[in-house]
Amino acid sequence: MGVAKYVKDKKGVITDVEYQSGIHVKPLYTPEDLKRVGFDYDRDLGDSGDFPFTRGIHPLGYRSRAWTTRQYTGFGTPEETNERFKLMIGHGQTGLNVAFDLPTQMGYDSDHELAEGEVGRVGMAVDTLRDFEIAFKDIQLDRIGSGLTINAIASVMLAMYQAVGEKYGYAREHISATPQNDILKEIIGRGAWIFPVEPSVHLIADTIEYSMKELPRCNPVSVCGYHIRESGATPAQEIGYAFQIANAYIDSVVRRGYSASDFVGRFSFNFNVMGNLWEQVAKFRAARKLWAINLKERYGVTEKKDLFLRGLFGGGGSGLTKEQPENNIIRGAYYGLAAALGGAQTTALCSYDEAYTIPTPHAALLSLRTLEIIMEEVGLRDTVDPLAGSYFIESITKEMETKIRERMDEIDRLGGMVNAVSSGFVQKEVAGQAYEYERGIQQGVYTKVGVNKFTEGETREVELHEYDPVSAERKIADLRKLKAERSSSEVLSSLRELEGAARNRTNVMPFLVNCCKAYVTIGEITDVFRQVYGEFTEPGIF
Amino acid sequence: MAGKRIRILVAKPGLDGHDRGAKVVSFALRDAGMEVIYTGLHQTVDKIVQAAIEEDVDVIGLSVMSGAHLPICEKLIKKMRDRDMDDVLVVVGGVIPKKDVPKLRSLGVRGVFPGGTPFDTAVNFIRENVKR
Repeated sequence: MGVAKYVKDKKGVITDVEYQSGIHVKPLYTPEDLKRVGFDYDRDLGDSGDFPFTRGIHPLGYRSRAWTTRQYTGFGTPEETNERFKLMIGHGQTGLNVAFDLPTQMGYDSDHELAEGEVGRVGMAVDTLRDFEIAFKDIQLDRIGSGLTINAIASVMLAMYQAVGEKYGYAREHISATPQNDILKEIIGRGAWIFPVEPSVHLIADTIEYSMKELPRCNPVSVCGYHIRESGATPAQEIGYAFQIANAYIDSVVRRGYSASDFVGRFSFNFNVMGNLWEQVAKFRAARKLWAINLKERYGVTEKKDLFLRGLFGGGGSGLTKEQPENNIIRGAYYGLAAALGGAQTTALCSYDEAYTIPTPHAALLSLRTLEIIMEEVGLRDTVDPLAGSYFIESITKEMETKIRERMDEIDRLGGMVNAVSSGFVQKEVAGQAYEYERGIQQGVYTKVGVNKFTEGETREVELHEYDPVSAERKIADLRKLKAERSSSEVLSSLRELEGAARNRTNVMPFLVNCCKAYVTIGEITDVFRQVYGEFTEPGIF
Repeated sequence: MAGKRIRILVAKPGLDGHDRGAKVVSFALRDAGMEVIYTGLHQTVDKIVQAAIEEDVDVIGLSVMSGAHLPICEKLIKKMRDRDMDDVLVVVGGVIPKKDVPKLRSLGVRGVFPGGTPFDTAVNFIRENVKR
């Protein structure tokens, strides 16, 4: 989804085009439009690699380095996950992106009653360090970076990643993990939250502070506009809210006496490529510029590299349909094109079968090949920012900048993102937008091929991933066995120290590493946090 | 249908946090003149039944995307029988394969609305089937 509104006259001629972010598009753009929006090459673009980085953060763009592809992967057991990792690396993938099952994301062990029916269903089930030892066996952790798609307890997973690295002989300075670690977007859109807003943000500050000192190649936070967009937000809301979330995390560390320049260079973002092609390209170009300006003006960051908007721009799943699913292969190619024209450094695509099942290996490989074709065959590496200077693109890039700023100002007026999320404001805005869109699809205001236009035949049946109770039982048996074998005195003492640190608001990261090394379970660790921090209650939005 | 507005509890059982559908449908039901009470995420069946009693609702609408709709509905209907809530209409939306629809009906789920169902279909069904 995510297309524009088209108004037509009686003869079918398009008389107005309105993008989701509220930009109205004209039938013809001329040099006059650049004057109208006040376009200035040096101020608005600059060369690639120069402030404000609208044209890209590297002077040579994809000529010096093609994008990194990082398909989301993670299956049931650590063994299966390890196999899939090796398969994707064998096919040329240069980074891993790990999916966890819901009990793990919510901090429950596989044998917890709330985990029943969910163990290994949507990703890898992790109870202890033993699972990471299996999943990352024979992976060169100093060469391959890993995205860890987890938020509420990302601190625990980052600690576990350090522990597995050290176990396999990789110094912590050499490993590179990117935990998602964005709890505010979970509250806005994806729902895998555990603790209240304030201690959740505090935990994120712990990971940033710790990485700054101990894990120099890790990117402690990946702020996800992606999921906010998947929840219904417009492209302008996606970027504006994500930047304000990032500002909330920066503020939480700055309050500890650091300067933003000490750590912000390791921040990364996860944005969505879905919807109108031109609006997406304008969005990414405006976003690079606004992030650099935001850091410079709010936080006095001056070092060039620290001003880079780094991140994954990936094809959005909510753009895919279970109706005529092969169409999603074509959609994926256009999302990949939008990402490349927008200057993505890292990318991924949802697979064409993802609207009705968990991707098959074949579909996941097709996504990877799509991205490789874009980079290697089509010509996207020829020159940097090829759409620059277009009357149209530069006009709407400026307009997109204004739209994003409006969303950011709105959050500032509410006292920042922590307040705006605690009160339910953002959730309400995003849900309202989702409703508007869904109504638009049902009324035919927006067009979705195969859904409300050019429909044919039967809808592809959804295939639910068969839950495998046998492998869940085996997982639980393994966990019990491990619990019996580990040193209970180490478990108890490391948990006691963790609790002390959490209560005193000392940085919990070193204590989490010790817990992981003692094979303390995710559930045992999270229970300590639940006791100390409490649990989040959602604000009403209806 | 004169008088009292229809009260509906929209509920998200289980660990899954994808609530776009639940929220969108809640807006549509509200715009159709119903009173919507949204439970929020991560609900157990016990909590849902309790909320339905406390809020004195006419309808319980579950949103399930995780694939666990059959065991969840079975449990819910059983608990509702135990509490003499036979007059409360149960409907389900979300990721529901067609082959499961008859099974849900035989459990006592009256309306099944898989993703993509037009708002009007769900609204009209609820209006016609609420016991007054």
